[in-house]
Amino acid sequence: MTAFTINGRAVDVAAEPDTPLLWVIREHLKLTGTKFGCGIAQCGACTVHVDGEPTRSCQTFLEDVAGREVTTIEGLSPASNHPLQKAWIAEQVPQCGYCQSGQIMQAAALLAATPNPTREQIVEHMDGNICRCGTYVRIISAIQRAVREG
Amino acid sequence: MTRTLQSQSRALSRRSFLVTAGGLGIAVAFGSLPDLAYGATPATAAEGDFRPNAWIAIAADGTVSIIAPAVEMGQGIMTTLPLLVAEELDADWNRVRVVQAPSDAETYGNPGFYGIQLTGGSESTRGYNALLRLTGAQTRLILMAGAAGMLNVPVNELTTEPNRVVHRSSARALDYGQIAANATLPDPLPQATEADLKPSERWRYIGSRSIQRIDVPSKVNGAAVYGIDVQLPGMLYGAVLRAPVQDERPEAIDDAEARGVPGVTHIIPLSYGVGIIGGTVEATRRAKDLIKVTWSTTSRVRNYTSQRLLDEYRAIGRDLGTRGVAAHTEGDAEAAIAGAAKVIEADYMSDHVAHATMEPMNATALVTGDRVEIWAPTQGPTGTQGFAAQVAGTTPDKVKVNTTLLGGGFGRKAEADFIIDAVLLAKAVEGRPVKVVWSREDDIRHDKFRPLEAQHVKVGLDAKGKIVGWRHRIVADSIFARTLPPVFEEAGGHDDVVTEGAKFNYAVPAHQIEYLRQDHGLAIGFWFAVGVGYTRFAIECVIDEIAAVRGIDPVALRLELLKDQPRARKVIETVARMAEWDRARDGRGLGLAYSDAFGSHCAQVAEVSLNRETGEIRVHKVWCAIDPGVAIQPLHIEAMMIAGITGGTGHALFEQINVIDGEVRESNFDTYRVIRMSEAPEIEVSVVPTAGSPFGGIGQAGLPPTGPAIANAVARLTGGVRLRHYPFLPNRVKAALDS
Repeated sequence: MTAFTINGRAVDVAAEPDTPLLWVIREHLKLTGTKFGCGIAQCGACTVHVDGEPTRSCQTFLEDVAGREVTTIEGLSPASNHPLQKAWIAEQVPQCGYCQSGQIMQAAALLAATPNPTREQIVEHMDGNICRCGTYVRIISAIQRAVREG
Repeated sequence: MTRTLQSQSRALSRRSFLVTAGGLGIAVAFGSLPDLAYGATPATAAEGDFRPNAWIAIAADGTVSIIAPAVEMGQGIMTTLPLLVAEELDADWNRVRVVQAPSDAETYGNPGFYGIQLTGGSESTRGYNALLRLTGAQTRLILMAGAAGMLNVPVNELTTEPNRVVHRSSARALDYGQIAANATLPDPLPQATEADLKPSERWRYIGSRSIQRIDVPSKVNGAAVYGIDVQLPGMLYGAVLRAPVQDERPEAIDDAEARGVPGVTHIIPLSYGVGIIGGTVEATRRAKDLIKVTWSTTSRVRNYTSQRLLDEYRAIGRDLGTRGVAAHTEGDAEAAIAGAAKVIEADYMSDHVAHATMEPMNATALVTGDRVEIWAPTQGPTGTQGFAAQVAGTTPDKVKVNTTLLGGGFGRKAEADFIIDAVLLAKAVEGRPVKVVWSREDDIRHDKFRPLEAQHVKVGLDAKGKIVGWRHRIVADSIFARTLPPVFEEAGGHDDVVTEGAKFNYAVPAHQIEYLRQDHGLAIGFWFAVGVGYTRFAIECVIDEIAAVRGIDPVALRLELLKDQPRARKVIETVARMAEWDRARDGRGLGLAYSDAFGSHCAQVAEVSLNRETGEIRVHKVWCAIDPGVAIQPLHIEAMMIAGITGGTGHALFEQINVIDGEVRESNFDTYRVIRMSEAPEIEVSVVPTAGSPFGGIGQAGLPPTGPAIANAVARLTGGVRLRHYPFLPNRVKAALDS
């Protein structure tokens, strides 16, 4: 059993210590907002926060998060009202939407550390997150809107 | 148009309007209520709801549930089609709920696409719009008839406002919910015809920039349910080990170690691989890595090496003595070219590309006796029923398909291989659902790639530089021969989708398109824009080559060739203006391309720069003008153009699959390069609809012009260096610069 906190809730998970955190979150804890995209930390669809740091859950293992705090898209804000979530709707960013949980979690970490990023900082920070629908330009607009509107 | 509407109106007989029992799937609540978002609560229209037909249910509180017959894979169709119903029904859009259609092609099949439930080809709006608008209009007439009875007034004194019927002279009104609570179906049913449809100036929703997509709120908080997210009581997990080369079979399986993995319950030999079932995802994945298989070595795909084959295809294209199947013949292009003052000849090619949908292939199946239930991100519920029935040994009517949201489709999820996996595994554990999720490596290696293809274009010009004849030879394997054999045979061996887009609206006196089918055994499939993605590459670049030979501006040449095509001229003139076409840029080049595919006119200008040392191209900005006929959701049309342009840039610059001796070299995003944010161009879109035009397709319309616009920009920047092979890899660009 491995104990950690997820979205403010204490959990104890019975799985092998080397189980990817991604599958623990999705299939053991049934929080399916975090997505499987590549399994090798190349696409960012599985991004969550571990102690506030953006982390690829597919290459993080259950034993790595023992005693730590994990936040998923479901726990980003109490009522889906994080400035980024509001901006994502206002800019109509998602198309298929599959990568967007990871995009938002990645962006949230940026704004937590850099409240007023330049366009270059946004692009550099977000470049590890693939969107196959090509929503990149609207993601940039949404992050800028979230900065503006808070 | 008129004829279509009339015949569909007839089809809306009383019989087809009788309520079909049940079958309402997952509901979407919309508006700004993400906590009630898609998939959060599987819901059905309540029992007592008024159901005037199979598409609409109206609750006593005025909530209007509308069926979405096409699947949602990012193209926004789950909003678009119900919006058309709501428009003619005069429903209050904020009180509409959208319900994904169950698998029932007889009721919900696309009238414009063989009557089946298959979402693709940018065919949904084009195929369904007449039926859905008439359905909305007829339902409005039914509600008005009900209100006339309740208010005891003649129906011709009634009008509607969103969600209510109004009797102006007595200042009375009834909400649709009130009418629904009392309503019975009038006999005879009022029939809606084209005359009952709103004139465009009375549209409330169509064309409004304030209409947002209904699925978006659920896609920012993790609530949206894709196939991979399905959770069912007692569900097991499945994985499949597949052969390294297509069509090989396991000859010997050593699963001793795999069986020892805790949580693994079944190892199942399959004709094409080995299935693993277990209690957790991680157990099945571990076991899969531990299975050792001796594979057969007889597949002819072992002879498939893509770069070598492409050289062959190119040679076949150039060898004009080798004839293909006539795909289109207008005039005598060969004679015209033989007598031409000048001839331009060029070969255009593209490598295989993979779909790599962000959501890898997956499906969940439950087999109980002769019944099968499937939960899957499928583009083709009808095909899913057929294939599942075949492998489960039952009939399609006993297969129920629950279509989830799709994390990307691009044609890949019209296939059935991932469905078959789930059904075969579920068969082994009858009564328990099994969710099969592919690894990304399998997703790429076992994709159905866009065809490898070579095109030879030969154009004759007269002494004044006018085009006298145009030959276009397309050399590729066939998609339809595998996926729709009857269609392929009926067309006499022509593959309409592989040569899609070769037919154009430029005025040329003689035009000949030939398809030279190859068959090397590798399964190829439908990719974003399918044939148009490469045929327009060749055509639009050759147009620029002609302009260069004649020494005239490429925009001017296109306008000359399209002088009777006002919609085409409009998008080209608009985009040229947006990009300031005539303004020279220091160190950067502009290129333009145009496409009329999918019933929409789209012109784009790309601004590029080039690193001559490395051969790397940078696409800085793309301007786009799009005329979709009717612009149903302008904001969303912009999004679709962004998708096409960004994906189009990535596929033109980076995307490449290499097959060597039947094995796919790329396997994940570390080797299969797709466009990232730092490489994405800035994009400016102008939506310029044309009043009175038919509804065009939008999902794929944005991709075809991007690649040729980039190639044309490079040519203009470099004094004529032509890039004729997708993708424009740096070494290819260097070679072109050096030659």
